[in-house]
Amino acid sequence: MLKEFKPALLMLVLMTVLTGGVYPLLVTGIAQGIFPRQSNGSLIVQDGEVVGSELIGQPFTDPKYFWSRPSATSPMPYNAGASSGSNLGPLNPALEETVKARIAALKAADPANAAPIPVDLVTASGSGLDPHISPASARWQVPRIARIRGLGEDEVIHLIDAHTEGRQFGLLGEPRVNVLTLNLALDHLGKP
Amino acid sequence: MTANGYLQLGLYLVALMGLAWPLGLYMARIYGGELPGFVRWIKPLENGVYRLCGVKPGDDMPWTRYAYAMLAFNLLGFLAVYALQRLQVWLPLNPEGLPSTTADLAFNTAVSFATNTNWQSYGGETTLSSLTQMAGLTVQNFVSAASGMAVLVALMRGFTRKDASGVGNFWVDMVRSTLYILLPLSLALSLVLVSQGVVQTLSPHANAALVQAVEYEQPRIGPDGQAMKDAKGRPIMEKATATKQAIALGPAASQIAIKQLGTNGGGFFNANSAHPFENPTPLSNFLEMLAILIIPAALCFTFGRFVGDMRQGGAILAAMTIVFAALLAVCVGAEQSGNPLFDRLGLATQASGLQAGGNMEGKETRFGVVNSALWATATAAASNGSVNSMHDSFTPIGGLVPMWLIQLGEVIYGGVGSGLYGMIVFALIGVFVAGLMIGRTPEYLGKKIEAFEVKMAAVAILVPPLVVLVGTALAVALDVGKAGILNPGAHGFSEILYALSSAGNNNGSAFGGLTANTPFYNTLLGFAMLLARYWLAVPVLAIAGALAAKKIVPASAGTLPTHTPLFVVLLIGTVIVVGALTFVPALALGPVVEHLQMISVK
Repeated sequence: MLKEFKPALLMLVLMTVLTGGVYPLLVTGIAQGIFPRQSNGSLIVQDGEVVGSELIGQPFTDPKYFWSRPSATSPMPYNAGASSGSNLGPLNPALEETVKARIAALKAADPANAAPIPVDLVTASGSGLDPHISPASARWQVPRIARIRGLGEDEVIHLIDAHTEGRQFGLLGEPRVNVLTLNLALDHLGKP
Repeated sequence: MTANGYLQLGLYLVALMGLAWPLGLYMARIYGGELPGFVRWIKPLENGVYRLCGVKPGDDMPWTRYAYAMLAFNLLGFLAVYALQRLQVWLPLNPEGLPSTTADLAFNTAVSFATNTNWQSYGGETTLSSLTQMAGLTVQNFVSAASGMAVLVALMRGFTRKDASGVGNFWVDMVRSTLYILLPLSLALSLVLVSQGVVQTLSPHANAALVQAVEYEQPRIGPDGQAMKDAKGRPIMEKATATKQAIALGPAASQIAIKQLGTNGGGFFNANSAHPFENPTPLSNFLEMLAILIIPAALCFTFGRFVGDMRQGGAILAAMTIVFAALLAVCVGAEQSGNPLFDRLGLATQASGLQAGGNMEGKETRFGVVNSALWATATAAASNGSVNSMHDSFTPIGGLVPMWLIQLGEVIYGGVGSGLYGMIVFALIGVFVAGLMIGRTPEYLGKKIEAFEVKMAAVAILVPPLVVLVGTALAVALDVGKAGILNPGAHGFSEILYALSSAGNNNGSAFGGLTANTPFYNTLLGFAMLLARYWLAVPVLAIAGALAAKKIVPASAGTLPTHTPLFVVLLIGTVIVVGALTFVPALALGPVVEHLQMISVK
């Protein structure tokens, strides 16, 4: 066995150079060259300031904004340095409590809304950084946003549609609404 | 399930089979040494590697030397990853100044990557420096996968050679797997992933100003740097406000491509492929899911070409696909039916054109239920272990599917190389059982299967369940084991059973609620991974050596044909019976009890 150690060691060194050095650096070089925006995090820049990433959600609790999905990251929600899901099992009493609290908060912000709340709006995402909500969840929030911002509901729905991505190629994944870009667009309407 | 759901699942299976066919034939040419023209330019690099390492590619190794070479190479890989973690605070490319990891965590992670398990006890972006990720983990992602493929190639040679003393050259098989298969595929996949939004940069993070500042509570830190506790031992919380979002970045795409292709699964970020920077769009998700199963499925075609009868590989692939499709349907169905709790609370849970519905806890909006369940089934089938949703939050039956697929021994596609060699071991057991029934010496692909091969096959089949069940029993019996549980009741048992199943079959996915980064679990799971990998690989090489030394007997009227639907049923039966007999009692205590509890609540 001992005589296999010399080629093993040399092979490990070479493979480290090749797959641990050349390969990631080559990918970095090409990626930065042809997809500079994506490879650096798809950041959204407004007036010279980075206000977030198109792919990373942000927490919203103010009723004048569309709310994102609950996030289980710690210590703060949507901590983009420590992604995590809640890992709560389906029968865990803690799951029932958090979902109930979330329903209560949504209803408190819009007491007149009696429509059933879409499930994704009260359940934590896998990463804790989900940038999207379902179109159903966005529409559920329309009466609140329209009332607080003094907009017509049609106007808000129109805005949601503009920030809705359908299934990719009409087929893959699920339709979704990007909460951050939607809220930024709301602010741009200039009627807070 | 909606029509679109069926369409997405169907498209996945069609694309998988369509791509596996040409890739399988390509790999057969690579391992046979007949390089296709478009990769011949890599040949000088391959020869250069041999020259620099003092390897004679013509050396035909007996199975023992082949095994020594693999073990020596894996041992050094283990030591390198261990050392990188323990020393990372003093090494370059650590822009966040992350401290070195503890000894038990370093041991666990090093074993995890050397054995192609990629169990994540570490926290990705919060634990490991860029150097450790690149020079440690990414390298092992390649070479542990290549090692598995090499063992399979040796076994395939065992069937094709006669009266031979050797099974090939480990270094050649390993280097070819890396240079001609894993590297080109990873390079292509990583660039497509970047186009979808996967990050690939050397800078560690970006800072964003939050649109709305967020208030939260955090533990108050005392003067000693530890969280302060009140008289009852609970941490004292204090209010804090965040106005900035620090967004972790890094060279993720290059690692994600190989972690999927090499059935590794260890994520760049803690949330693995649920993280939007690892898996930003449905297309990236589709490609990453294809990458999980493509090589294990393609190797069946490689096997068919190697043994000179494509039907042999087709039969094995058919057996794998039937089990996969059946369990996939169960998983999707369970997750789409969702958690009755959500209906009791009056939520809208029906799937429609506007929402995925179902059990969305732990799932991402862009993937919904169908793609989350498909990923969970594929990642468990393939010993990949990456996740795009949190399995711990699945419904009991939805979570049972990946757990049982792992427990079947990672042979439904399975890991690259290891899946097919595991399945061939089951095939040997299958023909042995059939031989007993009809009273003839069993044969497989023209080789007589005798006492030695069956003994080795029995070892390979029995060691992983032994590790899983004894390990689970140990963990639930000890307080240090039970301390890691997050969810109460039967689900807590499932968390431990899943962890041991995952480590004991080199999968790497988890019911993530379990606090596994403790000396107890790091050690226990580390040894489980070691046993599961090498107590399979070494007996398989022994079988390869024994088969290569045998004559090839021509098929006779008494030979059981191994390419027929009957054999497919026999093979499925062998896998299911062994898996069911071994694990149904344990599963009854976990997910089955939990399911009954869940549906009984009114």
